[in-house]
Amino acid sequence: MLKYTEDHEWLKQDGDEIIVGITAYATEQLGDVVFIELPEVGREVEAGEEIVVIESVKAASDIVAPVAGTITAVNEALPDTPGAVNEDALGTWFFRIKPASVDLDGFMDEAAYNEMIG
Amino acid sequence: MAELRRTKLFDLHLSRGGKMVPFAGWEMPVQYPMGVLGEHLHTRAKAGLFDVSHMGQVILRGPNVAEALESLVPADIVGLGQGRQRYGLFTNGTGGILDDLMIANKGDHLFLVVNAACVDQDIAHLRKLESLGISVEPIAGRALLALQGPEAEGVLSGLIPGVEAMKFMDVAEFDWQGATLWISRSGYTGEDGFEISVPEAQAVALAEALLGDEAVAPIGLGARDSLRLEAGMPLYGHDMDIETSPAAAALGWSIPKARRLGGAREGGFPGADAILAELAAGAAKTRRGLRPEGRAPIREGVEIFAGPEGGEAIGKVCSGGFGPSVGGPIAMAILPAELAEGETVYAELRGKRLPVVLTALPFHKPSYKR
Repeated sequence: MLKYTEDHEWLKQDGDEIIVGITAYATEQLGDVVFIELPEVGREVEAGEEIVVIESVKAASDIVAPVAGTITAVNEALPDTPGAVNEDALGTWFFRIKPASVDLDGFMDEAAYNEMIG
Repeated sequence: MAELRRTKLFDLHLSRGGKMVPFAGWEMPVQYPMGVLGEHLHTRAKAGLFDVSHMGQVILRGPNVAEALESLVPADIVGLGQGRQRYGLFTNGTGGILDDLMIANKGDHLFLVVNAACVDQDIAHLRKLESLGISVEPIAGRALLALQGPEAEGVLSGLIPGVEAMKFMDVAEFDWQGATLWISRSGYTGEDGFEISVPEAQAVALAEALLGDEAVAPIGLGARDSLRLEAGMPLYGHDMDIETSPAAAALGWSIPKARRLGGAREGGFPGADAILAELAAGAAKTRRGLRPEGRAPIREGVEIFAGPEGGEAIGKVCSGGFGPSVGGPIAMAILPAELAEGETVYAELRGKRLPVVLTALPFHKPSYKR
C-alpha cells in the first residue's frame, strides 16, 4: 500500500528500503517536466534534504528525502525521459532510500492525502 | 492589492479549462489542459489562439502625428506607409527603454499596441504630445486576439476573406458580422499569423468561431513565453528595461539611418545623445543567445561567467527556459559584444558551472509571409 508525504511524494516499502516517486497531483502542478537531476547512489541524506532537482517548462523545484537514510538506487532512465513522470506519475520511481528502520506509520494514506489536496 | 481585471474572454478561458494566474494586473490563462509543451508545439504545427486583450490599444490623431510620435520613439514613423506597421521603443532621458510597442499607420491616425504592465505610464507619456495638438485616445471596449501558426491564414481567411492577401506587417480593417476588425499580420511567436482587435461585443463569438476550426487550440501565457523566446524576441521588464539601452537589448535595428547621427531626422527623442553615440561606437554588451550543453534550463537571473571557475560574472540570464521546438534549454543574456558565436561560457546553477554556447538569435527560424 502506498503512503504519501506533505511534499506530494508517494512512498512504497520494499523490504528494508523505501521506493519514492511523486504524485499525479504534483505533476499537474509542475506541468511538463523537462529536466530531472537525481542524487548519487550511496549518498547519506537527512529527512527533508533537497536531493532531486525537477524542472518543468514553467519552473524549477525540488524533491526532498522523506526520511533520513542512504540512497541505494536511482531511476537511471529518468533524466533522459523526464516526460515519463507526466504520463505515469505512480509508475515512475525516482530513487530508493534505506533508512535505519522502515516505519511509514507517520505518513498519510491515500484517503488522507486526497483530503489534503482537496 | 487592486482587484485583478478580466478580459471579455474570461468565461471562455474557464470553459476551456484555462488555469488562471495574475499577470500585469489581469487574470489570464497561463495554460490549458493541453499543457505548455503541447500548446507550444501545436502553435508551430497548426494554429494557436491567444487572448492578448490585456495589452494597451491607443489611437493618436492630429496634425503631423507621425513627426510628433518620433519625438518619443526613435523609429521611422514618418516613412511608415499607410496600411503598414512597425516595431518601436519608448526611450527615456538616460537612454534606457520605457516600453516597446507596435505602431500602425491607418491613414488618418496611428494605432499603437503597448504592454499591459506599462499602459498607464505609456499613456501619461504620450499625453506630452497633446501640446502639439495630438489627441491620445486609449481604446476601451475592444479585445485583442492573436491567431498564430502555419494554419492561421487558412483558418482566418475562411471567416474573413481577404486577409490572405495581407503581407507581414500589413494592417487593414475588415467587416465581420457587423463589427469592424482591425487586423495586422504580425505576432509574437515567430510564426506567420494575425493580431485582431475586435469590439468586445463580438469578441467571444469571434474567438469561438476561430476555435471551431479543429486546427485551432487556445494557448496560454506559458507557451506564449516559450514561443517568443525561441523566436529570440525580447520581453519588456526582462530583456530590457529603463536601465537597458536599445543597443544592449540588441534592438538597434529598430532605429533606422534617418534617426541616427547624420540622418535626415537625426535624434529628437529622449536619450538620443547617449543612444546614438552608443550605436555609432558599437555597444560593449548586447543581448545574445545561449544554448546550455546539458538538459538543465538556465532561467532569468542565473549568472554567466567566462571560465569554468573563478572570475567575476560577465552577465546574467534575462530570459531562459526550455525550448520545445528546439528540444532543449535556451536562454538570452546581455554579454560582452566581443564574445564570438560558438564560444563557450559558463552558467552558475546550484553551485555548479555548466558550459553554455553562444548561439545566433533566433533559436527557431521565423516563417513570416513577406
